[in-house]
Amino acid sequence: MTIIAENPIKAVAAPSQVQQKVIASLAKRHRTENLFRRLGLTAVLISLGLVAVLFINIFSKGLPAFWQSAITLEIYFDPAIIKIPPMPQQRVDESDNDFRQRHIEWQTEIGFVNFNRLITDSLQKVLPDAGKHRRDLARVVTSGERFALRDMVVADPSIIGQTRTLHLLTDANIDVWLKGNIDRSLPDAQQQLSPKMREWVDKLAADGVIQNRFSLALFMNPDSRSSLASAGLAGAFMGSFYMMLVVILLAVPMGVAAAIYLEEFAPRNRITDLVEVNINNLAAVPSIVFGLLGASVLIGWFNLPMSAPIVGGLVLSLMTLPTVIIATRSTLKAIPPSIRQAALGLGASKMQAIFHHVLPLAIPGILTGAILGVAQALGETAPLLLIGMKSFVASIPASPFEQASALPVQIYLWQGNELRNFFEARTSAAIIVLLLMMISLNGLAIWLRKKYEKRW
Amino acid sequence: MSNLSLIVVLLILLALGYQLGMTRSRKVATVNPDLRMHSRPHHYGMMVGLWAVLPAFFILLLWLWLAPAVINSMMLAQLPVDVATLTADEVRVMSQRIGNLAGNFGVVADAEAWELAAAEHLRQLKTNSALVLTALMAVIAAAGMLYSLLRITPRLKARHQVERVVKALLVLCSTVAILTTIGIVLSMVGETMKFFSYIPPTEFFFGTTWNPRFSTVGVGEQGSFGLVPLLAGTAMIAGIAMLVAIPLGLMVAIYLAEYAPMKLRNTAKPVIEVLAGIPTIVYGFFALVTVGPFLRDLGAAIGLDINATSALTAGVVMGIMIIPFISSLSDDIITQVPKSMRDGSLGLGATKSETILKVVLPAALPGIVGAVLLAASRAIGETMIVVLAAGNSPALTANPFEAVSTVTVTIVNQLTGDNDFSSPQSLVAFALGLTLFVITLLLNVMALVIVRKYREQYE
Repeated sequence: MTIIAENPIKAVAAPSQVQQKVIASLAKRHRTENLFRRLGLTAVLISLGLVAVLFINIFSKGLPAFWQSAITLEIYFDPAIIKIPPMPQQRVDESDNDFRQRHIEWQTEIGFVNFNRLITDSLQKVLPDAGKHRRDLARVVTSGERFALRDMVVADPSIIGQTRTLHLLTDANIDVWLKGNIDRSLPDAQQQLSPKMREWVDKLAADGVIQNRFSLALFMNPDSRSSLASAGLAGAFMGSFYMMLVVILLAVPMGVAAAIYLEEFAPRNRITDLVEVNINNLAAVPSIVFGLLGASVLIGWFNLPMSAPIVGGLVLSLMTLPTVIIATRSTLKAIPPSIRQAALGLGASKMQAIFHHVLPLAIPGILTGAILGVAQALGETAPLLLIGMKSFVASIPASPFEQASALPVQIYLWQGNELRNFFEARTSAAIIVLLLMMISLNGLAIWLRKKYEKRW
Repeated sequence: MSNLSLIVVLLILLALGYQLGMTRSRKVATVNPDLRMHSRPHHYGMMVGLWAVLPAFFILLLWLWLAPAVINSMMLAQLPVDVATLTADEVRVMSQRIGNLAGNFGVVADAEAWELAAAEHLRQLKTNSALVLTALMAVIAAAGMLYSLLRITPRLKARHQVERVVKALLVLCSTVAILTTIGIVLSMVGETMKFFSYIPPTEFFFGTTWNPRFSTVGVGEQGSFGLVPLLAGTAMIAGIAMLVAIPLGLMVAIYLAEYAPMKLRNTAKPVIEVLAGIPTIVYGFFALVTVGPFLRDLGAAIGLDINATSALTAGVVMGIMIIPFISSLSDDIITQVPKSMRDGSLGLGATKSETILKVVLPAALPGIVGAVLLAASRAIGETMIVVLAAGNSPALTANPFEAVSTVTVTIVNQLTGDNDFSSPQSLVAFALGLTLFVITLLLNVMALVIVRKYREQYE
């Protein structure tokens, strides 16, 4: 541009009035040009910066929560405390039902055993002055761990009478205290731990009895309200898994089939136009509206169970359907008509031309669209709240028809927990898990596209 | 047999029919060596498989649809209590109670003798129904398979039959999208009508207070259901979001399309698009624990009273989320503007920025407006950010630093934790949903029409 502007000046000896005006304005115009360009660059940098801030913020908050305070204790499975009859064996003349009944009775009996005593007895060995502070003593290890001990006994009753070295999760408040997520100078009344407890914890941490260990509980346990330190994502993960299964089994084949019909078979008329507009619109309908549809139609009319992954999966399938249809159609559109014509010319029927020749070429594009649709469904929260998946579920669902939570809903539930300084980090950790899953799905889609992308 | 195992059996039958059909067609071909078979062997196989499975499957669907009602009325007919004198609700409660007994679930209070008898009867009926269904399906599947196997001749146009079925399936799948829309509209209109039987529409659309109370208070005490404060909150948050997203998104699009070297464009574009893929619950959490406190402290530093959860917090974070919607769509549209227009402007001596501002942008304006409208509809329908960060206080205010509430938040509040859809407190969620649906639909249709017009102009 500068060259264009300068050339006439050199060529003409005496600049005219107009040219003088142009020359005079040049400096200002170039300044504006520079300013504009910098403005654009700043906008790009701000946007990139926002991405960075978001990720750094979440990761710096969440990463420490993958490691959790655990106390190393020598647990003696004291036969004097665990007084239970031997595990029942099925007798030959006994029906399955009777045996199950007897087994349940046996488990109930185990339920009465005070497993907490095992923990406090063992704690007394590392804490010499523990005798006077029994209430504090019972709170060092998080309450969920007694059930872990019970499960060990149920799985293998021969453990009774033996001593095992175990890493038990400490109470959530201890984790908060040791990680420095609470101000240590606060007065006693505002501290979550009693003065004695704080003294113990600091001592145990200095002795290496309490250490920061990688938290398997976060991945292996379902959610918990009574034992916050052992609340995990396993239940929510399975819920999400079942829902994605439903989406993959329903939305993807149906979307592909619909796209094939609309792109290859449907006559061009008003009705097809209407369908097309309708699909484009459906893709932009707020997700919460699909939740309302699920609540009134699936739960209200069809009487499907509340909070079940099958219902969530159906709602998310309807939501993902337009995404899959649009992606598949654009892939089909990109495949040159010459392929179809060649097949038809050799005597293939239209159906054969499409299913034998066009569709195989379209598979990478279809897969990319399907994966992106599933990733979108994985992160969706609002519609799930409306079909009852907000409720607290303390078990890992064994089938898509049982009550379950979902990863994003679990994040929603955890961010609302009262123990803020523990759950802020744990929520961030859950977000990291969700983000990593989405990033790997998106990465897979990009890889597929790069690997199989063809320019016709 | 459970329905799932019936379906598995059907799939096995499909495979079996396929094999039998193929073998049979090959045999027919060898028997008539001088006649050419009309279709390939697998077409015959598929045809036999479909004949075996499809009729049986329809019977299954029909049975699942009709049998429960029939069984229930048969059970009720045997009851000693005079059913005719009971109201519909009482009958429903009673059938549910007996159903629970039959399924070995517990019921409230001890079951009476006649209830137990009815439960036993119901269980018997159900077993019989399953047996009859299985037998019926077996007969029909066998008949279908046999019939189609015997029909295989060189003249039989098996491929045409199979292709007709496949095409019908494709059509069926493409109607699902339409059925979804119809389902959304019908269900919401129905529930909204029910809501309007409690609260007159004028009160809903023009009321300026939102205070629905609780459904437990009683029917006499209806709260006030005024839409205006919610719409105002929605508009304020969406407005703030657009104020953040339009300048940033547009400048990003212009820079990446017109100035940026290829390398920067190829990295920056996908990175910014990451923002569109992040789940909204993550933005909500980010707004709640980071942006909200930051804005509050910032406000305190310059003497402004900003709530940590406010319209501003939610709006700013939503704006961040929307940047890629605007930047990507505008980028596409700007690059679609023909190069000749730029060349013409540059040739007349305009600087690049002058070309962009005076030639490219005006030409791209309709498309950009479309992109902005789409982004606005996204902002209005967004839920989780607002649930977490807007403070949920449905008061009519013009101050962006205060907590507000929106249509979407209220839908979530009114419909969670309560599965009784008959009180106005729950039904209002559907009226709100319908309002939201109509608003976003209008925005989307407008955007689509504008964008489509624009595409035609330059294609």
